[in-house]
Amino acid sequence: MVSDVPSRARRMPGLAIPHRMRWPLGYTAAAVLVFLAYYYVIPNLGAGGQTFFRNWLPLTSINEALVWVICALGLNIVVGYAGLLDLGFVAFWALGGYTAGWLMSGFFHQVKIHIFGGATATVPGIHISFWLVLLIGAGFCALWGVIIGAPTLRLKSDYLALVTLGFGEIIPQVFTNGDNIGGFNLTNGSKGITPVDPIGIGSTRLGPFDLVWKYLIFVLIAAVVVFITLRLRDGRLGRAWLAIREDELAASMMGVPLMRTKLSAYAVGAVAGGLAGVAFATHVGGVLPDRFNFSISITLLAMVVLGGMGNVWGVMLGALVLAWVNSTGLPQFGSSFNEEFGTNINFPSYNFLLFGGILVLMMLFRREGILPESRTRLVLHEPSRTDMESLGADMEAPAPELDESASLKTAIAEGPVIADETGTGTGMGEKV
Amino acid sequence: MSGAGGVIETREPMLELDEIHVYYGNIAAVKGLSLTVYPGEIVTLIGSNGAGKSTTLRAISGLLPVRRGTMTFLGRQLNGVPDHEVVRRGIAHSPEGRRIFPRMTVDENLDMGAFLRKDKEAIAADREMILELFPRLRERLDQKAGTMSGGEQQMLAVGRAMMARPQLLLLDEPSMGLAPVLVDVIFETIVRIREQGTTVLLVEQNALAALDVADRAYVLESGSLKLHGPADELAEDPEIVKAYLGG
Repeated sequence: MVSDVPSRARRMPGLAIPHRMRWPLGYTAAAVLVFLAYYYVIPNLGAGGQTFFRNWLPLTSINEALVWVICALGLNIVVGYAGLLDLGFVAFWALGGYTAGWLMSGFFHQVKIHIFGGATATVPGIHISFWLVLLIGAGFCALWGVIIGAPTLRLKSDYLALVTLGFGEIIPQVFTNGDNIGGFNLTNGSKGITPVDPIGIGSTRLGPFDLVWKYLIFVLIAAVVVFITLRLRDGRLGRAWLAIREDELAASMMGVPLMRTKLSAYAVGAVAGGLAGVAFATHVGGVLPDRFNFSISITLLAMVVLGGMGNVWGVMLGALVLAWVNSTGLPQFGSSFNEEFGTNINFPSYNFLLFGGILVLMMLFRREGILPESRTRLVLHEPSRTDMESLGADMEAPAPELDESASLKTAIAEGPVIADETGTGTGMGEKV
Repeated sequence: MSGAGGVIETREPMLELDEIHVYYGNIAAVKGLSLTVYPGEIVTLIGSNGAGKSTTLRAISGLLPVRRGTMTFLGRQLNGVPDHEVVRRGIAHSPEGRRIFPRMTVDENLDMGAFLRKDKEAIAADREMILELFPRLRERLDQKAGTMSGGEQQMLAVGRAMMARPQLLLLDEPSMGLAPVLVDVIFETIVRIREQGTTVLLVEQNALAALDVADRAYVLESGSLKLHGPADELAEDPEIVKAYLGG
């Protein structure tokens, strides 16, 4: 695991690569390797090899998985860092997607706006460059993150989850039914907005088969999100999020302004959701409201939990694996299985059975995820003494006088023994 | 330790509560409590369970609203100041039940205590001072706070509050659930904290130990002030001895 805890670096003094540079180098190396594989190696494989990759690991499934990675990293900020359970994260994915739909298509045929757009200058509609739309989508979603976050500020745990769930349902519904808002067609209803302009780099336009280049762009966006996530985590804001996750009241007593800190978690998380939305719209070439349903929120959450809540690399792994299983692994396994045994089972329709099963097993045997956040691992496996002892302390509270005299006696009895014990450094009389 | 009361009271008060009323919903937990803390003092609030001691501290640090009455800290009104602003004003609160951040290391917990401060050098100096007060914490700097014993967590909670470099430190039941030897350590530390210039308002059920270190004491009974005075006098008051000191 590439961890960024500074103490790690202290413990590995002989490392030649500076700690700060480790993940960017590793990430770039992995990305370039995949790029080279799909650009040079696979096209030159024999027919068998090509078929294998086309069936089991097509580049389009990797691209889609990267979109999931971007979005899951955003959810990780809200859930993993700040500890705010969000069951409606699909809302931001949808908002980002529709930003791309509105600003990169001929949908608003009433106007003709071209800003470095990916379409011929004569066609109507709003055609803004993909890169600008990324920024606009991010900003738009940050705003919505705050709007959606604000009513949840005073809520905790279950209630918070329910309100976010509500927003996750409302926003896709608005898009589905938004084809006649006082006579104005905002979203084109259930037909969605297609096609979305291709991504433009300079004067070239990426067509539907330029998957390798789209891959590079998505990898770049994911890298930016990883960078922002890690930088924020190690900064002042990250510490404030962490403190809120650990103990909201205590955090507030340390001077952490709860409202602002929570809203910034929603906003930053939503930025990643928006980036994923814009990327996804260009990946599939359009936006359709029925793609943004509740199951997306759940899948995102499963990615975060499965990978390792709070750990960027764990979340990335979780997202890559689950997205691949969903889009390629399971259908391909199904068709191979059916071919082999002459059965006719619809494997992809069992994906949630599979995910649910995996989650149950994870919760039973590895609650902290595949690649856990380093601080979680320890505490989950060595049961926290806080819970036990604060419970004990509460139980002692009702009878203070009794407790007082009893403990005075033990003090006299154990006094010398404990005084000698300083070297062992444990909790003295508190040992269980 | 005590007995300096007469001299101190001629000074400007640091904290002044004037007839405050604090409610949990419709239930009055503190009814018209008045209390004064002067700079450099250790003042203790004693009383049985449910007397309103912790409630008073929570009201001061902005965790609970004060329905009537006024609170003044260093000449400025404290009513309605949100909890994260109260720290900025110079009041740190080491809460009941310790409430350390379990998945953060001891070092990170201390760091959180100084969340609002930007003076890096002074923070480092205060950290050093706290680690001298609690040598046990220095041994455990890289340990996750949640895996420490209750006594160590209590030390951390007090140390973390001190990291805010407060002028007034509110301590809520620092001895609760601790082994007697650790209780002594905590109370000795409270005296040393005062020696370093921090005023302390201490809530304790362990009235004996609290009266021993405090200059003055307020005795609360079901949300109201029963009596107050120099700690050494109260420690000999027959009624107090009977009610709170198990005499």
